[in-house]
Amino acid sequence: MNKIVKNAQEAIRGINDGMTLMVGGFGLCGIPENCISALVKLGARNLTCISNNAGVDDFGLGLLLQNKQIKKMISSYVGENEEFERQMLSGELEVDLIPQGSLAERCRAGGAGIPAFFTPAGYGTEVADGKEVRVFNGKPHILESALTADFALVKAWKGDQNGNLIFKGTARNFNPVMAMAGKITIAEVEHLVEPGQLDPNFIHIPGIFVQRIFEGVHYEKRIEQRTVRQRI
Amino acid sequence: MLDRNGIARRIAQELRNGWYVNLGIGIPTLVANYIPEGISVEFQSENGLLGMGPFPYEGEEDADLINAGKQTVTMLPGGSIFDSSMSFAMIRGQHIQLTVLGAMEVADNGDIANWKIPGKMVKGMGGAMDLVASADRIIVAMSHTNRKGHSKLLPACSLPLTGVKCVKRVVTNLAVLDVTPNDGFMLVERAPGVSIREIQDATAGRLIVNGDIPEMKM
Repeated sequence: MNKIVKNAQEAIRGINDGMTLMVGGFGLCGIPENCISALVKLGARNLTCISNNAGVDDFGLGLLLQNKQIKKMISSYVGENEEFERQMLSGELEVDLIPQGSLAERCRAGGAGIPAFFTPAGYGTEVADGKEVRVFNGKPHILESALTADFALVKAWKGDQNGNLIFKGTARNFNPVMAMAGKITIAEVEHLVEPGQLDPNFIHIPGIFVQRIFEGVHYEKRIEQRTVRQRI
Repeated sequence: MLDRNGIARRIAQELRNGWYVNLGIGIPTLVANYIPEGISVEFQSENGLLGMGPFPYEGEEDADLINAGKQTVTMLPGGSIFDSSMSFAMIRGQHIQLTVLGAMEVADNGDIANWKIPGKMVKGMGGAMDLVASADRIIVAMSHTNRKGHSKLLPACSLPLTGVKCVKRVVTNLAVLDVTPNDGFMLVERAPGVSIREIQDATAGRLIVNGDIPEMKM
């Protein structure tokens, strides 16, 4: 099955105003840089973005925020982004903050056909407002619903024409669960390899979850917090 | 009185052999620098790694290898990488023995607030709500008072909660305190050179002082 498209521009065909997108990555680690750049050029607006973070002012999803293309963010942590904070506090941007584990599991559930699940995270906090509470084993849990998206944009290290993906290091993060939850999942990879070159035993996301794949270019892979130790 | 590193050093004394430990951002991260001799623990970072090592040497930073604070890190031999959903399965499923995190406020019933100041600062809860709702052993590392000198150990949190009745122990620059389910903070140890009176003055929540309180052994 050949799912290869030429580039990011071709890959994001069909993304329209008002759609819901999942965007993989944790901070700036493992984000689909090529697809984000192409989206800025495409200019689709009123987007709902489901992503753990919102990038920084001049990189990642911050680029879409600067361009006022995002109507609503669903995230767990949005620090380190002044434009985001400004748009949120002024009411221009709708923001739904949810616990990180619940975000990951809601994506996984969306991809796995589980409509909702109970979790203890957020019980007794404003996250639980309006949600059903049930006690299991003496402990209160809240009902969280699954998340899906019109498009999921993910980034992997290696992939093949069938859409099989392998991630590298902590750039894996939310990418696999989001790949599962997209109606159309676009994978951009650093290395697009020939079929058979990926060992089936080491594939992180089977190609069944991926509809379009391409080899990205000019990866910046910006580091947010460069921390080092001194050589002794 | 302890500094940030002193708080981390005292918390490191709580580590037990074979534990999996999640350290939050800030003072908790420093705990990894003070693992007692003969103790072997593995650090989990909720963005998806177990067996986290120290920061890399200059020139060896890898953009694809960061911790939950988005800092460049290294992996130790025997470490592993996984996705966010599996990471929180470890946390929610109580496979992690100790969680250390910072806080803006802790109440004397164990409530914690650390993610939002309405109208001012909204960074988000990240993984903190999952961690505090699930972990059996939660230690808060923080200064006893805020920048204005007001107590952060309160009768009730004033800020939006991160979790309810979950904090078991608080280690501050002044003291080690345990949260008793019904009676408030119980003073366990004093920081070097700090009097019981100073701790009482800096604690707004209910404080139990039973007899002589030993000084921390650093």
